[in-house]
Amino acid sequence: MKFDDEPTPGENLPILPGHTSPGRFERVLRAGHFAVTAEIAPPDSADPADVYERAALFDGYVDAINATDSSGANCHMSSMGICSLLTRRGYAMILQQSCRDRNRIAMQGDILGAAAMGVCNILCLSGDGVQSGDHPEAKPVFDMDSISALGMVRHMRDEQRFLSGRAISAPPRLFLGGAANPFAPPLDFRPHRMAKKIAAGAQFIQTQYCFDIERMKTFMAQVRDMGLLEKAYVLAGVGPLASAKAAEWIRKNVAGVHIPDEVIKRLSGAEDQKQEGVNLCIDLIEQVREIEGVSGAHIMAYRMEDRIGEIVTRSNALGNREPWRPAP
Amino acid sequence: MKAVRLWSVRNAGWLKKCYAALEGTLALFNPLLRAIGHERLDKPFAAIEGVVKGFLFDSQSCGQCTLGETGMACPMNCPKTLRNGPCGGVRQNGGCEIKPEMTCVWVNAWEGSQKIGTPEDTIKIIQPPVDNRIKGRSAWLRALRLRNGESA
Repeated sequence: MKFDDEPTPGENLPILPGHTSPGRFERVLRAGHFAVTAEIAPPDSADPADVYERAALFDGYVDAINATDSSGANCHMSSMGICSLLTRRGYAMILQQSCRDRNRIAMQGDILGAAAMGVCNILCLSGDGVQSGDHPEAKPVFDMDSISALGMVRHMRDEQRFLSGRAISAPPRLFLGGAANPFAPPLDFRPHRMAKKIAAGAQFIQTQYCFDIERMKTFMAQVRDMGLLEKAYVLAGVGPLASAKAAEWIRKNVAGVHIPDEVIKRLSGAEDQKQEGVNLCIDLIEQVREIEGVSGAHIMAYRMEDRIGEIVTRSNALGNREPWRPAP
Repeated sequence: MKAVRLWSVRNAGWLKKCYAALEGTLALFNPLLRAIGHERLDKPFAAIEGVVKGFLFDSQSCGQCTLGETGMACPMNCPKTLRNGPCGGVRQNGGCEIKPEMTCVWVNAWEGSQKIGTPEDTIKIIQPPVDNRIKGRSAWLRALRLRNGESA
């Protein structure tokens, strides 16, 4: 969607009263729209064209793009590099910052750098263990955790100081996010964990892949009762599965993703499993949308990014709304 | 040792009370400890703590103990050393993402925290990042200093 005061690409919007960032994503959520975000696949290359091509798949379908930070502890182009390229073209970016690879000195420097480049949103993550990735011999840093990292960014923004207490002359104007996994044990702890993230500074929450609607409903009821939905926007994580076999593999090998048996049954019974995976994703968006307090969908279409247009259109996730897109 | 560590989590309630009693006693003797000097006592104290907490909790001696707020499960045993709760990678059986054969520290911590009090009193407290300068030093003496409102 275009606002009346749209700046030239690469510059940010004016900060509205009550907002903490000059970004489009915060505006969409605060205006009460159902927001759509998607994860961009980071290239294994140093060619900016690879990034532009991948981002173009989302044009007109998403409100903000998450740039992952070597997810799964596999090396790819950095979140910072991708955000740098895409903010210059006007895209609303969500910089994912994991605690796996950088200590507090590097992280604070990156936060200022990102904000200076026009990044308006940061998602603070603990990060996957290095053992899960392609460099298992690397040193895991974990100087901070996701919650202390959120507190650190909020401190930089609101107190205008580094953790050391040294002053920051122009603070990073950011909209802060955290992740939640309602589907992993200890289940009773999960709402409290989300509460801690919000207390530390999270203003939006993106969840892990949701394939278990009943569990999601329970979780949302718990966080609603705790009054957390007045303090943060929850975007439910969804994504298409390529086949029943892929789903089995993810269930076994990707930490924290819970795929119920019925999902695998539905996929294996389909003639075109890939299409059924897309259909399932569309059904899930329609179902999470019905859950009170879900403010958007976060689509992680790993290696199926070209299907995002179909998913957003057919699920009618945006209603009549047309998100910002770069000028042709 | 796993068996002792799990026993400690199951008995978190009274273990925390034991520690409170210990800290109270140490506080009574603090004038004496002060006279000798916390600096001078740090090494022997840290050595005793290492043995006691190492045996009971597999403590990693970070020097800034959170056991009372983490259900008597030492968060430094988490391969990511997360001090504020479990990551999103916990397996459906409660196993650690990185070491599947180990139960997630935070699954234990949650169980232990139920024996101690309400989440508001313990596990919901936001822990600051580790101060790497005081790793291996005495957390008990540090607690005495904090108790008196001195700098840690």
